[in-house]
Amino acid sequence: MDLLGLLHDLFFDYTLRTVALGVGVLGIVSGALGSFAMLRRQSLLGDAISHAALPGVVLAFMLTGSKSPIVLLLGAAVAGLVSTLIMIGINRYTRIKEDSALGIILSVFFGFGLLLLTFLQRNPDARQAGLNKFLFGQAATLLVEDVLVMSAFGGLALLLMLLFWKEFKLLTFDRDFGASLGYPMTLIEILVTILLVIAIVIGLQAVGVVLMSAMVVAPAAAARQWTNRLSLMVALASLFGALAGVSGALISSTGAGLSTGPVIVLCASAIVIISLLLAPNRGLLWHWLARLQNRRRLQTEQVLSNLYLLASQHAEPTYPHAAAALQVMGAKPESVLQSLKALAAEGFVQQAQNSHWALTPTGTQRAEQLVRQRNGA
Amino acid sequence: MTEQFAVEVTDLTVAYGEKPVLWDVDVMVPKGTLMAIVGPNGAGKTTLIKAILGLTSAAAGQVLIYGQPYREQRRLVGYVPQRGSVDWDFPTSVLDVVMMGRYGELGWFRRPGRKEREQALVALEKVGMVDYADRQISQLSGGQQQRTFLARALVQDAQVYFMDEPFQGVDATTERAIVMLLKELREAGRTVIVVHHDLQTVPEYFDWVTLLNVRCIACGPVADVFTDENLRLTYGGRVAFLSRNGAQPATAATLDAGATATGTPLTALSQR
Repeated sequence: MDLLGLLHDLFFDYTLRTVALGVGVLGIVSGALGSFAMLRRQSLLGDAISHAALPGVVLAFMLTGSKSPIVLLLGAAVAGLVSTLIMIGINRYTRIKEDSALGIILSVFFGFGLLLLTFLQRNPDARQAGLNKFLFGQAATLLVEDVLVMSAFGGLALLLMLLFWKEFKLLTFDRDFGASLGYPMTLIEILVTILLVIAIVIGLQAVGVVLMSAMVVAPAAAARQWTNRLSLMVALASLFGALAGVSGALISSTGAGLSTGPVIVLCASAIVIISLLLAPNRGLLWHWLARLQNRRRLQTEQVLSNLYLLASQHAEPTYPHAAAALQVMGAKPESVLQSLKALAAEGFVQQAQNSHWALTPTGTQRAEQLVRQRNGA
Repeated sequence: MTEQFAVEVTDLTVAYGEKPVLWDVDVMVPKGTLMAIVGPNGAGKTTLIKAILGLTSAAAGQVLIYGQPYREQRRLVGYVPQRGSVDWDFPTSVLDVVMMGRYGELGWFRRPGRKEREQALVALEKVGMVDYADRQISQLSGGQQQRTFLARALVQDAQVYFMDEPFQGVDATTERAIVMLLKELREAGRTVIVVHHDLQTVPEYFDWVTLLNVRCIACGPVADVFTDENLRLTYGGRVAFLSRNGAQPATAATLDAGATATGTPLTALSQR
């Protein structure tokens, strides 16, 4: 299918439009709240919460016999919250460290969820069909009703985030200072966690419990690369989340039998990789270029001052000297010619005969300036 | 009686698990003093501050600020946590961090505005950081981070300041600048309580001192309580301390050898 056709379908195909809206909403919400989770170094908490939500979904169905999105999401949210509370309890009252607590909760809850799921599947009752989609996600099954529920919960979470922006920032940056100002930091922390749980459970149907944590971590990690402002980071993370969601839904809708959840996560990962490489200041490529440039500059300055040294031993300051002499003086002979050409371009040196170079008057000035600087004047 | 003290701590006991970290600590700090809290590692210096501020829950004890329970007097108190207690790679600017000092006054939901911005700039001016207002905080040196935290405390406009190791990891210039600032606060009638590590500078910087090692060994004017005897009690036998000539009986001595040296100003803390 061609790209234009895809875009056309995105706006005019009813099913695809619904799906794209749904994953877009989940991307926005998980990106925004994932930013706070990441900055609080709790990215893995998202992983534990999403896995722990599975038994909640299945139990909600078993208890009510209903598969309405609101029932299943509430079940997921309750299980997610219970898991978080147990984790906090383990941290506080035992000697088990946080990472181990996360691992325990994740595997125990997820294992229990799988057990319930397989138990249901053995039953002749066919009503359970479709709960499987919560494992790896199936965005194609999103209905308008699902999207409405996702938007309502997600919108509420975003609204609360904006309302408590200052308090969340305080919690994330300096919890103790916030407490000394009189803010009930534990309550604020519980609120942040509840919002994170909401962000995660609204994505379960489309992305699945196994991969949902990627939607919490990836957009936030990518956004951090591009900006040093919290507000911009949260906005960018939302944008990246939505972008990953919609492009993932589009790609999987081409019908190649690609499951939506993994495709969305791969799109998010692509955004992360691009950000890690290309982002200004923090990107790897940027670092590499800056280092290269710095080294070039130092080499060039060294060649210039070496030429100045040679010239100062000669009666005529602009007398040409052999590049070979400079190569002997410098630490890196192979870059001397390159440096000389760069200096010539700036008008500091000129080529006399084929391999002889001379300082220009401005080059002499520049060299004197450099020598003074280096002597600490 | 009560009115003349900025901070009164009575019978404060804090325990993590079975071992007490602070045991029955009494500290009285008169208004307008600059007080150092000194003591060995693990003596509970940070815990004392955190317990006073209610950040660590106390097993027993009472804290009064200006004669009233701390909870009612929060607006009078400013706090400078240890520099290393936060993530300096957090995406925010120096000005933003300083404005956090106004969050207590702002209360729920209200965002800092023009007024807070201006107060923050004034505070940054005082600590010599106004040129760095828009700087991302990850680009700051240790001394600049400390100045940023101090500016944040200044905009709190508190009567009593608690500072946890404000001199940790700063260069000599910054240390002098911070001391000047602390003395200015004292001149303005504020009370400043500082967790301090460098015994040598205690008499020069501070007028009041608390010697702490789980228990409060001594608390009072530096001239009265900063003695060889008290330091020995605080630090145990592992530390030798050279005393000042004149103010105290000048028995500058290493505790092991008992050798005497006279005439040296308060100089060194030699550790085995």
